[in-house]
Amino acid sequence: MRSWKIPMAVAVAAAMLATSCGGAGETDDGQGADLDVSTGVTDDSIVIGTHHPLTGPAAPGYSQISVGAQAVFDYVNDNGGVNGRRIDYRVEDDGYDPTRTVEVTRKLVLEDEIFAMLGGLGTPTHSKVIDFLNDEGVPDLFVSSGALMWNDPGQYPLSYGFQVDYTKEAKIQGQFIAEEFPDARVGYFYQNDDYGSDSREGLGQYLSEQIVAEEPYESGITDIAPQISALQEAEADVVVCACVPNYMALAILESARIGYEPQFVVSSSGSDSTTLIGMLESFAAEAGEEDLPAETLLDGLISTGYLPQVNMEDDPWTQLYTEIHAEYVGDEAPLSNTMIYGMVQATMFAQVAKAVGPDLNRQSLLGALESREWSGPGTVPFASGADDHGGFAGASVTRFRAGEEPEVLQEARVTDSGGGEITGFDLERPAPDEVEFFDGA
Amino acid sequence: MASSLRHRDPAAADARRRGNGGASPARRWRALPALVRHLLAAAAAFAAVMLVTSVTGPMTDLRIGSVGYYLLAVAGLQLLIGFSGQISLGHGAFMFIGAYTMALLVLHQPMLPLWLNMLITIAVSCVAGVLVGAATARLHGPYLAGATLTLAVGLPGIATRFPELFGGGNGLSFSTRGAPPALAGIVSDSQWQAGAVWLTTLLALVVLATVSAGRLGRRMRAIRDDEAAAALSGIPVGRTKVIAFVISAGCGGLAGASQAYLLGTATPSSFTVTLSLSLLAALVLGGFGSLWGAFWGALTLVYFDVWGSDLAHGLDLGTDVANNLPVVLYGAVLILIMLIWPQGVHGAVRGLGALLRRR
Repeated sequence: MRSWKIPMAVAVAAAMLATSCGGAGETDDGQGADLDVSTGVTDDSIVIGTHHPLTGPAAPGYSQISVGAQAVFDYVNDNGGVNGRRIDYRVEDDGYDPTRTVEVTRKLVLEDEIFAMLGGLGTPTHSKVIDFLNDEGVPDLFVSSGALMWNDPGQYPLSYGFQVDYTKEAKIQGQFIAEEFPDARVGYFYQNDDYGSDSREGLGQYLSEQIVAEEPYESGITDIAPQISALQEAEADVVVCACVPNYMALAILESARIGYEPQFVVSSSGSDSTTLIGMLESFAAEAGEEDLPAETLLDGLISTGYLPQVNMEDDPWTQLYTEIHAEYVGDEAPLSNTMIYGMVQATMFAQVAKAVGPDLNRQSLLGALESREWSGPGTVPFASGADDHGGFAGASVTRFRAGEEPEVLQEARVTDSGGGEITGFDLERPAPDEVEFFDGA
Repeated sequence: MASSLRHRDPAAADARRRGNGGASPARRWRALPALVRHLLAAAAAFAAVMLVTSVTGPMTDLRIGSVGYYLLAVAGLQLLIGFSGQISLGHGAFMFIGAYTMALLVLHQPMLPLWLNMLITIAVSCVAGVLVGAATARLHGPYLAGATLTLAVGLPGIATRFPELFGGGNGLSFSTRGAPPALAGIVSDSQWQAGAVWLTTLLALVVLATVSAGRLGRRMRAIRDDEAAAALSGIPVGRTKVIAFVISAGCGGLAGASQAYLLGTATPSSFTVTLSLSLLAALVLGGFGSLWGAFWGALTLVYFDVWGSDLAHGLDLGTDVANNLPVVLYGAVLILIMLIWPQGVHGAVRGLGALLRRR
């Protein structure tokens, strides 16, 4: 008998005794949490929280979302707050690592005792805390991801989507390409997760005949030369990208390197021109090409979107956000579409909280959210009704023009996540001064 | 654990100074077999954990639980690097194996009890340890480091390669049971989970401490200090190295399973090279050659992040600076500790103990 077998045996026996009861898996007890509480709400403040990648691989670009949201909350607080309450916005860094998302979300809920979660970011990350938030009775508003799972009122009654879901967005892209480029050979470059598969679902409804190549990339592996070469070999002249900004930038650089010039079409998640230009410049600098014409490389990029954009100088919301940016962010970071994304989330949260009135609790917040069609900064209708938590329901198609305003190729349209039609809509889009999202000084 | 501190025990030193015979408590303690000593120490530690978690809230319970599984992972690494001198940069891969084993078991066999899941995890990660250990037993220094690094880089790719089973890039998500109904009201769910993790950890530490105090531990240290001399003395070098690797892999797997059990998730992006390197950094910071070093390292891994981000948000800094400050602080502290105490935190604590005894 070797000396280490005895301790092993003893250890095993002790462990068995200690935990010998029941299965490790949880059986759902089916009790809903009490929503008639105003956790995190005091006479003069509302504490809300979120998890974002402030460091790590997903931070470039996405770390600007909370900067935008914070700027709007500062603006709201300086203008009297919401029904006499200041909004106290707590941002926790999860580094886009689901393990840390679980930790920081528990911290926000159990330690900071937030009233609601606002815009938790990412599919792999937020999907790990959605059960917890719903079990704890924490309103889970405006998830920052286009996955379809946030829109499931039966399973997750407290979760509400925000950005147009990947399938809806891809349907609009697919129909646009089928109409505008009917003879094109279409290549598909996608992130190998829900983002890619949900988008493929939508594209397939309109482009099943036209797709000639499908190339996935794995998040974290930055060598995408084989995929871009494969798209070139398949002679794809339109390439649809379901990718995040750094992979869009890599795809543009790699195709420029091998002299391949397809028409790129990118989803809103990867389309922020400010972020893309910054990335193109930094990637080029790493490769030793200091004077890369980043803006020229982006020129002509087609993307889908549902929010006001940085260069839309006539848009009243863009004007307001530009002012807020100048006052509360200043030189720290440029105004970008990613930042506006966070600004819109903050504006809409403040709008809903304002509409509830002074008697704010979790039930009344969700009641107000479901009570009407919200309209504000977004350019398409927003779904937050009792049986549709889908958020923005469609998108417009625009083309990036270097140094100019984006060119609108197709006005916004809406659709569903299934096989339904793509249609126009009527939306009264109010100007900022018609929307109440703070008390006013 | 206790064994490495035995000869430093202040009570024992007092007893020696007072010169009273073999009847002093410290003497009697040291006369016990190593296994009994370690089990008693583990029982005391477990009681302490349960005592602390009974007065803390769920968030602190979670952090205490996190310290538990990190301690287990770093202790396994300690046995491998500190005791047997084999450098592994891929220990996160074993955590990955453990986490996914636990996740798949809970998802597909929810009625299996936790202890059985833990045993299955040990089996699976030990098999992986045998494979890797056998492959790398012939490698030294940088070559071994490189080979294990490959493991840490490559293995999580399996999850995205077989998305139907492993959930792809989004990973797996599940709920684990809290305290049994019989104990409702006495033990909170979070306390139960922290307790389960610590029980696992402490039992594994008993194994590690007993191994290191026995013949196998002596052989490992002999190989670490001079492989050629150890081989000449008749120590089976290859086999001892593989055994060290297997025990260490088992600890890594158990740590991963504990993490998955505690957090209800297993995702490939949690098991990057960064995790493996963090474990190694924690080991260096805690101090080589003693299981106490693993404890200090685990404590740092969990609490440095918390304090660092609190500090960063407390100061009025630009967002980019505040976001990255915790990581920078960690690096700075690691360098400082290496400069001041090359033996790590445990070395510093030992030095302090020696100072106190001399006075």
